[in-house]
Amino acid sequence: MSDVTTDGLTTLAPERGSNFGRELRRAGRSMVAAKWPVLALLILLVVAIVAIFGPMLAPLDPNRQNIMLRLAEPLGEGPRGATFWLGSDALGRDVLSRLLYGARISLLVGICAIAVGGTIGVVAGLVSGYFGGWVDDVIMRLGDIQLAFPFILLAIMFLVVLGPGVMNLILVLGIGQWVTYARIVRGQTLSLREKEFVEAARALGDSTTSIIFRTILPNIVAPLTVIASFNVASVILAEAALSFLGLGVPPSVPTWGSMLAESREQLIANKWWLAIFPGLAIVLTVLSFNIIGDWLRDFLDPRLKERR
Amino acid sequence: MWTFIARRLLQSVIVIFGVTLISFVALQIGGDPTYLFVSERATEEEIAMVREALGFDKPLHIQYLTYVANVAQGEFGNSLSYRQPAMEIVLGALPATIELTIFALTFAIGMAIPFGVFAALYRGTPVDGGIMTMAMFGQSVPNFWLGIMMILFFGLYLRWFPISGHVPFLMPLLQGEVAQAFSNLPQTLYYLIMPGIAVGFYSLSRNARLVRSSMLEVLGQDYVRTARSKGLTERSVVVHHALRNAWLPVVTMVGLEFGFLLGGVVVIETVFSYPGIGRLVFNSINQRDIPVVQAAVIVLSLIFIALNLLVDLVYAKIDPRVKL
Repeated sequence: MSDVTTDGLTTLAPERGSNFGRELRRAGRSMVAAKWPVLALLILLVVAIVAIFGPMLAPLDPNRQNIMLRLAEPLGEGPRGATFWLGSDALGRDVLSRLLYGARISLLVGICAIAVGGTIGVVAGLVSGYFGGWVDDVIMRLGDIQLAFPFILLAIMFLVVLGPGVMNLILVLGIGQWVTYARIVRGQTLSLREKEFVEAARALGDSTTSIIFRTILPNIVAPLTVIASFNVASVILAEAALSFLGLGVPPSVPTWGSMLAESREQLIANKWWLAIFPGLAIVLTVLSFNIIGDWLRDFLDPRLKERR
Repeated sequence: MWTFIARRLLQSVIVIFGVTLISFVALQIGGDPTYLFVSERATEEEIAMVREALGFDKPLHIQYLTYVANVAQGEFGNSLSYRQPAMEIVLGALPATIELTIFALTFAIGMAIPFGVFAALYRGTPVDGGIMTMAMFGQSVPNFWLGIMMILFFGLYLRWFPISGHVPFLMPLLQGEVAQAFSNLPQTLYYLIMPGIAVGFYSLSRNARLVRSSMLEVLGQDYVRTARSKGLTERSVVVHHALRNAWLPVVTMVGLEFGFLLGGVVVIETVFSYPGIGRLVFNSINQRDIPVVQAAVIVLSLIFIALNLLVDLVYAKIDPRVKL
């Protein structure tokens, strides 16, 4: 694409990246005014830092078993003068360290699954909306079939055959999400297809690929970010549920879901710390994504706020 | 109307076809599916026998047709751990799961409507704020964690509710022991309270938000203003004019919600050691008893599809605007 056409597009396309700085400041102000999103963002920041630097922050080796010190209460004495801040589990492993390592899997799986599902969904939606006709029919009917099938059952069916593993989990969760994206993107593409700036790009002789990805796509990023933030939340919940069922990652990798699964055996003995802390970690993370999603939706589409 | 029904039926048939295709692909994805149907200790002859019996020695398209024919007859092979037809085991666990799902659905929708309506009527007040905060929280809590917390607090600490088990109601009813079924009913409900709330809480939260926004939209409509200007009481306006239209989106949700609840049930049954399909699936996953998992997943999917069909038909009936 030559420079001339790019310039032509920027002026024709509505507000594309032109006043990014101003928008960002407006977003910041709206966020502060709404209060909760700021807290949510802070929590997510902490979770992200923990996910990245978990191994450095963890006080003990998350897989180091210590039968002598099993089921220690929070603040109990750990090996060699260390403290089990959040207690130890049935094998004497440090709950805090496992929690910190678990953040990594939750975020990794959540974000990668969205990337997989989002990419498939966006491309399918763009193609479906732009070309219409039988391509549209086939893609959308495929989506209908998938949605007519409870997702968690689909995930169980594939994972039980494929076996546990991070890659399998990401693929199955990702493929489970594509329809949501495809439907939204298709709807947006259908209306954008007829707009003047798309017409202009076509008249300037841009290739179809360029029109779809450089002219239409940037204009549907806003609604996509809203769905993505809600979607990360539900994918993290699904990951926890699948890990809880023993279909997540291999047992040696600590995850919040599998920690909860293990806590179940100690429930009758009232070892509450095994259940409370991983659960709180999931709730805080998911809640934060949901709050951000809510705020983002209101911010990007003030018309919806009327009804809130 | 009839064309709508016909089209909707056709659609369901296509979806069922899709379900069989997807589950067939799931079986094939790990290589020779015969190994999924025999125990790990099976001898070569046994494996060869099963392969031939289930038709896995045939070309793929023949295999698929055989698979569809088998599914149509409810033939999923024998359970590896129970040595019984997988379908029989699944159907035996089904009534308990249906009880739990219906309880959860009733709880979720039954509470979501008043919560949503009150939040809309008292929009912007602490009532609204409280309900919406609870709803936001409810959509962020993993249902199985909620279940575990309830066991810890209401079950073990306060000792109000049993932490596991189930008293059958549907099973004796289906076997014709009506008196037995109804004498069981209070106990059945008592045992259902904790798992039912744990399964339904997410749906309650989502639907409370849905009812609220739907209600707010309806309250802004001209006919509500007309009703008010006629001098009707606020109560009459809300109940007879607004609510009747506001709950339509909820009806559409019920079918989808049911599928969602089925997913939650799988996990919650494990938490509460509740003897339904969910716990069966969980145990079968751990024993790699694939025939049972397959049978369970397909039975649940078919129920889900049938229910969605039913909901659509009911919706077309109650909403006069749907002229299809």
